[in-house]
Amino acid sequence: MKPSPVGYSRPHSVAEAVQALASLGPEAKVLAGGQSLVPLMSLRLARPEHLVDINRLTELGYIDISGSNVTVGALTRHAGLLASTAAGRAQPLLAHALRCVAHPAIRNRGTTVGSLVHADPAGEMPAVLALLGGSVRVASGRGDRVIEAADFFLGPLESALEPDELAVEARFPVLAPAAGTGFAEVSRRRGDYAICGVAVLASLTDDGSSIRQAAAAYLSVGPVPVVLDLTDAVAAQPAGDRAASYAGVRELAAQHLRPEGDIHATAAYRRQLAGVLTERALRQAVAAAAARIGGGRS
Amino acid sequence: MTGEELHEVALTVNGTARTARVPARRLLSDCIRHDLGLTGTHVGCEHGVCGACTVLLDGAPVRSCLLLAVSADGCDITTVEGLAAGDGTLSPVQQAFAECHGLQCGFCTPGFLTTITAGLKANPEPDDEQAREMVGGNLCRCTGYQNIVASVHRAAELTRAAGLAPRPGAPA
Amino acid sequence: MSSLFGARVQRVEDDRLIRGRGAYLDDLGADALAAAFVRSPYAHARITGIDVSAALEVEGVAAIYTHADLPDRLGQPLPLLIPHPDLTHGRTPYPLAKEEVNHVGEAVAMVVAADRYLAEDAADLVDVSYEELPAVVGIEAAREAADLVHPDVPGNRAANSVQEHGDAAAVIAAAPRRLELDLHIERSASTPLEGRGVLARWDEHAGQLRLWTSTQTSTGVRAAVAARLGLALTDVDVITPDVGGGFGVKIVHPWPEEVLVPWAARLLGRPVKFTEDRREHFIASAHERAQLHHVTVGFDDDGRIRGLSVRFWHDNGAYVPYGLIVPIVTSTQLLGPYKPDAYRVEFDSLYTNTVLVTPYRGAGRPHGCFVMERTIDAIAAELGLDRTVVRERNFIQPGEMPYDQGLMFQDGRPLSYDSGDYPALLAKLKQLIGWDEFAARKQAAAAAGRRLGIGLACYVEGTGVGPYEGGHVLVETSGKVKVATGLTTQGQGHQTVLAQLVADELGVPLGDIEVVTGDTRRFGYAVGTFASRTAVMSGSAVTLAARKAREKALRVAANALEVSADDLVIEDGIVHVKGDPDAGMSLGTVAVLSNPLRYAFDEAAAAATQFAGGGDLTRPPVAEDDEPGIEGRAYFSPVRSTFASGMHAAIVATDPDTAEVTILRYCVVHDCGRLINPRIVEGQIHGGVAQGVAGALYERMAYDEYGQLQNASFMDFLMPYVSEVPRQIEIDHLETPSPLNPLGVKGAGEAGVIPGAAVLAAAIEDAEGIAITSMPISPSDLFELRRGAGA
Repeated sequence: MKPSPVGYSRPHSVAEAVQALASLGPEAKVLAGGQSLVPLMSLRLARPEHLVDINRLTELGYIDISGSNVTVGALTRHAGLLASTAAGRAQPLLAHALRCVAHPAIRNRGTTVGSLVHADPAGEMPAVLALLGGSVRVASGRGDRVIEAADFFLGPLESALEPDELAVEARFPVLAPAAGTGFAEVSRRRGDYAICGVAVLASLTDDGSSIRQAAAAYLSVGPVPVVLDLTDAVAAQPAGDRAASYAGVRELAAQHLRPEGDIHATAAYRRQLAGVLTERALRQAVAAAAARIGGGRS
Repeated sequence: MTGEELHEVALTVNGTARTARVPARRLLSDCIRHDLGLTGTHVGCEHGVCGACTVLLDGAPVRSCLLLAVSADGCDITTVEGLAAGDGTLSPVQQAFAECHGLQCGFCTPGFLTTITAGLKANPEPDDEQAREMVGGNLCRCTGYQNIVASVHRAAELTRAAGLAPRPGAPA
Repeated sequence: MSSLFGARVQRVEDDRLIRGRGAYLDDLGADALAAAFVRSPYAHARITGIDVSAALEVEGVAAIYTHADLPDRLGQPLPLLIPHPDLTHGRTPYPLAKEEVNHVGEAVAMVVAADRYLAEDAADLVDVSYEELPAVVGIEAAREAADLVHPDVPGNRAANSVQEHGDAAAVIAAAPRRLELDLHIERSASTPLEGRGVLARWDEHAGQLRLWTSTQTSTGVRAAVAARLGLALTDVDVITPDVGGGFGVKIVHPWPEEVLVPWAARLLGRPVKFTEDRREHFIASAHERAQLHHVTVGFDDDGRIRGLSVRFWHDNGAYVPYGLIVPIVTSTQLLGPYKPDAYRVEFDSLYTNTVLVTPYRGAGRPHGCFVMERTIDAIAAELGLDRTVVRERNFIQPGEMPYDQGLMFQDGRPLSYDSGDYPALLAKLKQLIGWDEFAARKQAAAAAGRRLGIGLACYVEGTGVGPYEGGHVLVETSGKVKVATGLTTQGQGHQTVLAQLVADELGVPLGDIEVVTGDTRRFGYAVGTFASRTAVMSGSAVTLAARKAREKALRVAANALEVSADDLVIEDGIVHVKGDPDAGMSLGTVAVLSNPLRYAFDEAAAAATQFAGGGDLTRPPVAEDDEPGIEGRAYFSPVRSTFASGMHAAIVATDPDTAEVTILRYCVVHDCGRLINPRIVEGQIHGGVAQGVAGALYERMAYDEYGQLQNASFMDFLMPYVSEVPRQIEIDHLETPSPLNPLGVKGAGEAGVIPGAAVLAAAIEDAEGIAITSMPISPSDLFELRRGAGA
């Protein structure tokens, strides 16, 4: 399985990269981590005419943490973001989800921004971006623009990027003081694409006694990440009580999600998982939020 | 490979400067094996799942079948051939595999050896869960993994015994 | 010198391999042209045209071949290796498809180019036009035969076969109780980490072919290639390089590539190499495991089986080059350690438009074991009896050995168990897993909302299958010992195990022995590596060969030392008088002395020349019935197979919400007779268990109704990582030595995988209270079963 012939350039600046994309046209693809693109090329399922290799753009390998966002540059590898304790403190969901992305060798090379652009509905990071309401900044010869998460994922493996655009960074909102996150997924083998995965963001009342608001984002249940508002099913539910039943979210998930079946799982099973995992992830999120309020490490 | 544009690739492989002239589509795995003649790195799937092709790129394990050689230009690569000492002494990881019967056909082994070498550098005293995590992304069809996990623990022991482990907190 | 038999010796092959100095097929032939194949994208189609003109334009292409280019002999269908009277409609593929393709992946054209990248570029441009035909996929469709795979094979039936002893129908009818079961196993495959590969060099001056292939039988390949290319056997060498796993798939020969690559090398006057990629391995090598069974069993109130009737359908894929071995093994090994009064087994081997089916570790036994063990569990459930009690009541007792099951085994010889102690095995297993204590544990877990289940499964395995293997032992003048046997190695540690035997027999240090396997230049008569036969066959043969060499060495040394051979021993490579280590000579010197040379190359040789003095001048330097050198050559050919056995037990937890299955404990008790190297045997068990678990919970070939393999990659074919296999495999051994070979050993290579599906189905059923009759079972499958059962 060898790739078909392809042209290649390795720009030294974002401007050069963007210029290359503009002149090469839609048959050019950006090569960053390559963990998704290269196997597709080896299988000859992808036959780009030209690759624009951005691995020299080391200035894009940053992780910036501000009061509002964790901002990740296009060349930041999954492994780097996972290892960042500062990022982990500012937005714990990032590390929690990243730990489920493939295996370490893939994470050493694959980029988080790249996985967002790849827009695999079974990917963890698109769901995280969607849940947190993050955004992606893209550059082109026509200037920069910011695409909000809600507008970013158009379909399976289809992002809102134009062919001449280069994604340069992604912004993940940080965790609010009275909030917590959870993440749960089930895959056939450890490290495989999830059969179903759920990321949850929950906020508690200021005194931490009950849930004020909650939302969940799902992977592998639709053509794009699906975000559900769980608030109705959990509002005012007690937060400190481990025995509290959040069974209502299972109902909600079952009602609103329409997953499909494939060789690994039936649609009904996916729906079952969605419900179960929503509850599990919600529990994690509530406990994390309670601990955060209680002054514990989050 | 005639007719295609060739690119100069300069790599440091196992401490030695090497060069190759390859088309852009040349996979790093093929470059290492056929252009540089280092056939110790094996190819099991060419879609990044089996890990047999794992090499260390600037010290970090990566799938060489998922990298284009041109993309690795200027990088530092360690393959299985670079794990033993200059005088031929086996590294603790290699030694452990021999002691623990951690290999049978040996095809997946180079990928495990490089992966564990880097893994123990980052975490010299893995507990059982961490040892499994360390080898969790490589496939083996022969051993059923039992002796591979044992090899990780033994390698950690041998590294400590040889005084090779970095002190906790010290730079690796 | 203490004996190495039974020693946990570290492997001699490891140093090379861990340094990255292995020489697997693709590591060889740097100067060779590369072959790639155009393969059918359709499961069933007529080829209406092939246009290679655009492909020929690709720079670096040396040639492109289709069936039309093949000479007569090569253009015939590939050989049907193992005929059988019941195989009335055997069909094998052409090396390149002639008019029809019968599975996705079937080879249609071969491209030879400067490298694989260019070869694939050219293959892309070969324009094949097809007329699609209906595809027959799955056993039910094959059985219904609304469409045919081969137009001249009615009912898609390659074979119908019956074996029986006693009148099962009558016995079942007369039995106090009866049960019927329908059981199903899905396809999986060997999937070694290294795919297939062939490298050919043709020597035009000598008119000789040298072939390297990643195979389990070099002599098999040699014979097949020589025949197809019209060459004398002596003009073909086949060398098996390091092989990255076989597990059965590499016993098939000749693959199309194995005859086409040498043919092309000869035509082009250049070495040619083919290295299979992963996708090709999925769609162009071989699979195994798919069968559908209908069981009728008659038993009494004690659970003793009176009559057993099994009717099954075996999916053999598009062609049957390997004959009926798999279903025959299922038919016969299904009986396991039990002795029903009457048994009847009938199977249909059916064609489907899918990849061919040839043996994969276990070779039909896993299916047989699954069927028998599920049946016994069903009997136990029906009677409310403990599952181990029902088994005990049906065991062949040690006192009944040898036990003739009244059937014909895969080697064409009577299915007669030579030895074994099944009650002892079961007692060990129950102790190891804590069988009697489990009920309480299960109850306690249930109270905490956890679902636990326990299962067990027993098997018997015919190993050391004939007809023969040979061994050659040569002592060099340096004192080093060279050993050769013709069968091959794929990671089983043959170089170590066989050296241990020779070290013991000859009294030579392990490090002085070098073993070569699978090279026809070194040993030309062999069968191959399969059916867990190496320790029995080659182990016995090299032992006997070493014995001959030893006897000769003692005779030569005795003559030189002027003592009786009975007074001599060999220790650490020195032949000396018992109790007097100084009165002796090295084996190397003995080797020199055994070869009376005219020319003296060095001092040691000078001592041996006929002019050096000494020796009886009235006798020739080499006696009439003697030979120069210290060598031994011997063959081992057993009267029949020797039967190993084992039992596995597992405790699982099933998640009430997600239906995920976790294996909490996995126990193995195992009898493969005497163990030459326990560490290597345990390694084989570990690997086998991993494949058994994989086949039970993860692996299946997902074909759609068009015959497209939907998971032809490691991304979707779920070969397990470390996280999917049991954390620990607890093993206990029993040794009932085999009376059928000089070593008392039985085969161990396949044992670990045989009961995997059976034991896990039983454990999951115990946890869930739902009948598990189809494997593999995924969490999604279990969830759907729960829904169906209203759980």
